[in-house]
Amino acid sequence: MKLISALIATIALSCLPAWAAVAEPQPDACDVPASFIESEIDLSHATDEMKDKHRLDITVLGTGSSALAGPEGVRFAYPARLEEALKQQLPGSEIKVTAHIAPKQTTANMLGGLDKILAEDKPKLVVWQAGTADALNGVEVEDFRTSLDTGIDKIQAAGADVILMNMQYSPRTASMLDVSVYADVMRRVAQQRTVLLFDRLAIMQYWNDAGTFDLYAATKKYDMARRVHECIGRVLASQIINAAHLDAVRMQTTR
Amino acid sequence: MIVKAAVKHLVIPKLLLTSGTATPPPPGGRDLRLDLFRGVALWLIFLDHIPQNVVNWFTIRNYGFSDATEIFIFISGYTAAFVYGRAMHERGIVIASARILRRAWQIYVAHIFLFTIFMAEIAYVAATFENPLYAEEMNILDFLKQPDVTIFQALILKFKPVNMDVLPLYIMLLLFFPPMLWLLIRQPAFALAGSALVYVLAWNLNWNLPAYPNGVWFFNPFAWQLLFVFGAWCALGGAQRLTAILRSPVVLGIAITYLLFSFSVTLTWYVEPLSRFVPIWLSDWMYPIDKTDLDVLRFAHFLALAAVTVRFIPRDWPLLKSPYLRPAILCGQHSLEIFCLGVFLAFAGQFIISEWSGGPLIQTLISLVGILIMVATASLISWYKQIEGRSPAGRIKAPDADLAGGEA
Repeated sequence: MKLISALIATIALSCLPAWAAVAEPQPDACDVPASFIESEIDLSHATDEMKDKHRLDITVLGTGSSALAGPEGVRFAYPARLEEALKQQLPGSEIKVTAHIAPKQTTANMLGGLDKILAEDKPKLVVWQAGTADALNGVEVEDFRTSLDTGIDKIQAAGADVILMNMQYSPRTASMLDVSVYADVMRRVAQQRTVLLFDRLAIMQYWNDAGTFDLYAATKKYDMARRVHECIGRVLASQIINAAHLDAVRMQTTR
Repeated sequence: MIVKAAVKHLVIPKLLLTSGTATPPPPGGRDLRLDLFRGVALWLIFLDHIPQNVVNWFTIRNYGFSDATEIFIFISGYTAAFVYGRAMHERGIVIASARILRRAWQIYVAHIFLFTIFMAEIAYVAATFENPLYAEEMNILDFLKQPDVTIFQALILKFKPVNMDVLPLYIMLLLFFPPMLWLLIRQPAFALAGSALVYVLAWNLNWNLPAYPNGVWFFNPFAWQLLFVFGAWCALGGAQRLTAILRSPVVLGIAITYLLFSFSVTLTWYVEPLSRFVPIWLSDWMYPIDKTDLDVLRFAHFLALAAVTVRFIPRDWPLLKSPYLRPAILCGQHSLEIFCLGVFLAFAGQFIISEWSGGPLIQTLISLVGILIMVATASLISWYKQIEGRSPAGRIKAPDADLAGGEA
């Protein structure tokens, strides 16, 4: 009995900072089924860096959908939210998320600057958001696949783990912009290369279906876009913590 | 990859072995199975074209490698050969070619009509939808900023918006059909071998047509022509030559095994945890299963599906005359009109889902209503053609003209 109440107290306490720090959205608003977060793939470089140096250097490579316009867009976009979420959940560790956003760049275009980014950031984990610009430009599917493969090679050769992030779920443009072929390629590449996939497409669709967000809504305001990015940052943080076994690391360091 | 390439080469001799050189006249009578399956394929294409739709979990693309497109193209090749093959026999190559090209023109006009609807839709979305979350996706509206380029590229079939790839493929296939049909009637084995050769060359030399703004045609005509020509070859006596093979229990066994294999693999795409049961060597060999270039695995899946189907559904299957299958058969008999209608209805259905954010119930309703509209329209066209004396029933003396096997 004592044990259980202690356990509950621990859980409640560990949730407290999350409650206190961000009033909106509700912590459970970003909830997704565990299958989107859990995986058998390890982020071993990230684990090692946390174990050895108590730090984690993450680079986000992405196009327009990894950024937000408007006042303080950078602060509200998911790369910054990811950093915030990781800092909250991994107190005492040094977390650094560097975002390289290249609007309208296809995956092949992004490869051009990749070496330099890897050399400068020296990340242990690269979150690579891709695919939307390729779908917009009608890039040949085979070329898209090759670009992803080349990029993964480069990132892994630089000693970093990879998380591929696919497109946003965008029901209002779906009849004009079909991303499914490119999403399939990303899923297949992730599977074949045993790298993690952050299935943004399915996660956002889940939020839409569950009523978390009305992604059909037309608005000029930034509120919803910010909340979506907040949630993407948090779920991504959970995925990273889970795959890099940072819960275990945290317990070891706080013990 | 090497092994797969080897398989791609091996398919051809196998097909050749089964083809004779004699030229029997096209078999008479209407094969309602073609209309039935083309009708069903049109329904499935309609359903698959509504991205957010629970009902498209029931379409065959989720249960195997090939999908409704293969059925549609094969049957289109079959009926084209059936209808224009007779014309070529009776009226000569010039008249038959003229008819084929007229058909290609009709399809071109239909395609441009659909393009207009597409432009209207994106113009509407551009005017009414805004959300900072989707700033990147909204770049698709850039097409509106340079209508001079976009419309011209659409007219020359280089710009083909979402879901508008099938008709341009069909147009290309028909443009090259007159000489192919001529050859198919005289030297069927040679024609089929030539078609297979083009397929292999397209794979090895990366042949495809360019698209706008980038890339290539989603349905590579150099690859997909194989299925169309194979359908035509079957119509011109090939199917009869294959009868012995199709009756063999060994072939049936292989076909069923392959369908099961394909089903199991497809299952791993949707149930992520299962994907670990696909061995690395298998996935390295198998993937990517390319739709653009009609992957051999897709082609084989279609063949297996066809083999099992003709085995269990004979030409004189009593149910073909039943009122329950009548709706699908009617749709299959007016494939061009119903195909275009299906693309339009998919647009419209998706529009409704977007505007009033429809749940699974609305999606199911839209799917059902869409199919009902397709059936009603097909009935209307049938009725109209009948009173105009153009239907098979109205032209008892010439049952072999345009509509003999449904339209081409």
